[in-house]
Amino acid sequence: MKMPQEIKKASTMNLIAVAILLGAIAWLGFAQVFSSYIVGIFWLSCIGIIMATSLNLTNGFLGQMALGHAGFMLIGAYTSALLSLAMVRADVLAGEGVQQLIRFVICIVASALLAGLFGILVGIPALRLRGDYLAIITLGFGEIIRVVIQGIPWAGADGLGQGSASPVLYKTGLGFNNATKSHYMFFIALLTVLCVAVILTFIRSRFGRAIISIRDDEIASAASGIDTTFYKVMGFAFSAMFAGIAGSIFAACYSSLNTGNMGFMASVNYFVMVVFGGMGSITGSIVAAIGLTTLNEALRSFDEYRMLVYSVVLVLMMIFRPTGLMGTYEFSLTKTLGRFRGKGAGKKQEEEVQA
Amino acid sequence: MDNGTQLSTDRETPLIKVSHLGITFGGLRAVNDFNLEIGENELVGLIGPNGAGKTTVFNLLTGVYVPTEGDYFFLGQRMNGKKTHQVVQSGIARTFQNIRLFKQMTVLENVKVAMNPYYSYNLFSALFRTGKYWESEAENEAKARELLEIFNLQDKADYIAENLPYGQQRKLEIARALATGMKLLLLDEPAAGMNPTETAELLECIRIIRQRFNISILLIEHDMSLVMKICEHIIVIDYGTTIARGTPEEISSDPKVIAAYLGEED
Repeated sequence: MKMPQEIKKASTMNLIAVAILLGAIAWLGFAQVFSSYIVGIFWLSCIGIIMATSLNLTNGFLGQMALGHAGFMLIGAYTSALLSLAMVRADVLAGEGVQQLIRFVICIVASALLAGLFGILVGIPALRLRGDYLAIITLGFGEIIRVVIQGIPWAGADGLGQGSASPVLYKTGLGFNNATKSHYMFFIALLTVLCVAVILTFIRSRFGRAIISIRDDEIASAASGIDTTFYKVMGFAFSAMFAGIAGSIFAACYSSLNTGNMGFMASVNYFVMVVFGGMGSITGSIVAAIGLTTLNEALRSFDEYRMLVYSVVLVLMMIFRPTGLMGTYEFSLTKTLGRFRGKGAGKKQEEEVQA
Repeated sequence: MDNGTQLSTDRETPLIKVSHLGITFGGLRAVNDFNLEIGENELVGLIGPNGAGKTTVFNLLTGVYVPTEGDYFFLGQRMNGKKTHQVVQSGIARTFQNIRLFKQMTVLENVKVAMNPYYSYNLFSALFRTGKYWESEAENEAKARELLEIFNLQDKADYIAENLPYGQQRKLEIARALATGMKLLLLDEPAAGMNPTETAELLECIRIIRQRFNISILLIEHDMSLVMKICEHIIVIDYGTTIARGTPEEISSDPKVIAAYLGEED
């Protein structure tokens, strides 16, 4: 490896930090310290993080307004659930423990691939359009996916089950029970970290640069030799792939699947996270995903006022911070630590003065 | 079309050969029977009054529009109907009349985008940052910085492109075009909106890159003194038709050109 020295140091530090975090989550998860409620929020937050960061790739970095992200999640969820169900019925890796983990991983990979494939299929016609038109057509594709899955007899509108549609039977598929969900916390966290890391390395490569250049000026991008159609579809499909992974986790999170959970409102919900966190900031998407998921759950008891509070927060946000919470800022562990050390003291003061 | 072929036979193979190129938008003939040959390391000026069709010629040559008549060859390859990025990869790059930079990216990144084909790593290497990724990134970053140095932008490498002063934005646009590794550079009014000092700097710049990279340039410009100073050959178009061609001296005394610019006497 020819990694530059300072980056080597930084990535080692990041690795250690992530390892500590994952270790803590694993320990807490296996000890079943948290109530199933908290575990549920944790899973939903992780799903939110993967969905928001991947949607940010299309909306924030590629600069294309896509509103059908939940459609790809739906593909992932149903692929995972059905595949897992089929495997259990066929008695392939049907056991608990390690077998279950392997089954889950296979389901995740299959979901990612299928969602990515659909991303390409949807992306090729849709990305010829721009702005509002693209938003409308992606919204349309999201709904098409939902309605088609709803129409499949063995997937069903009322849930996923054997023959007809009994949600209970789905438990033999991928739906994890509370104890398993708690045990799997570390795995979900690891998956989320991996997804975010891969999205980050994608953005910081030649592919990411090509994609950001399309956002900044598509004509100039083509005039610099970038095949804009190719990179647009690539970015879109890449983003869809992660939605598939998130869908896979979603399928494991609930004991029954319903297409209604991942309709248009879900797409808007994830879109809001991206806007809220800042288009073009992965850090922002993560913070917004955790924040909004928690807020959503916390406000569930005031169900009537939930959307009201939500809307007011958004309106205020758009007035006072139109670029989102983070703008395009990215958190860096090494820089933050550096600031706390002696050298950073002066810098910090400077910032305080500016503020 | 026979005429065009005959013209080229008495010269060594030109870098670009445009014969009878034309485009019609609905009923409007924007460019008509446009002929052009540029040899290696030549600098040709394309002038004409506003709305004469100069930028349309650029758009035709870079694949933004598909010509409705005629064809053009670059390095012996027929270019009609090629997409913009394919044209760029064949070796024709351009700048824009109203600067088009990647505004939110840094100066260095702007250049790196244009160098995309020179990065040798694939998606897998990029995602998992293999040795090849670091190697290729380091190698091309050094090249990009070298290029910025020619334009005296090396200190601004980490600036957001938008924040550069106007003259430097122009330079960066040219640097970006150069980074594609092209052989023919199309400059669309590079001196527009520049003060005399900046124009002089730009002139120097054009001279240096011509020598150093051995490229040919086709230049649209309104600043006559600049055109007369650096162009070896000038083509004048008006209403989409070529009205004169020749050396700067010939052009400046051509009655047709004077009429096009100043209006005819009654």
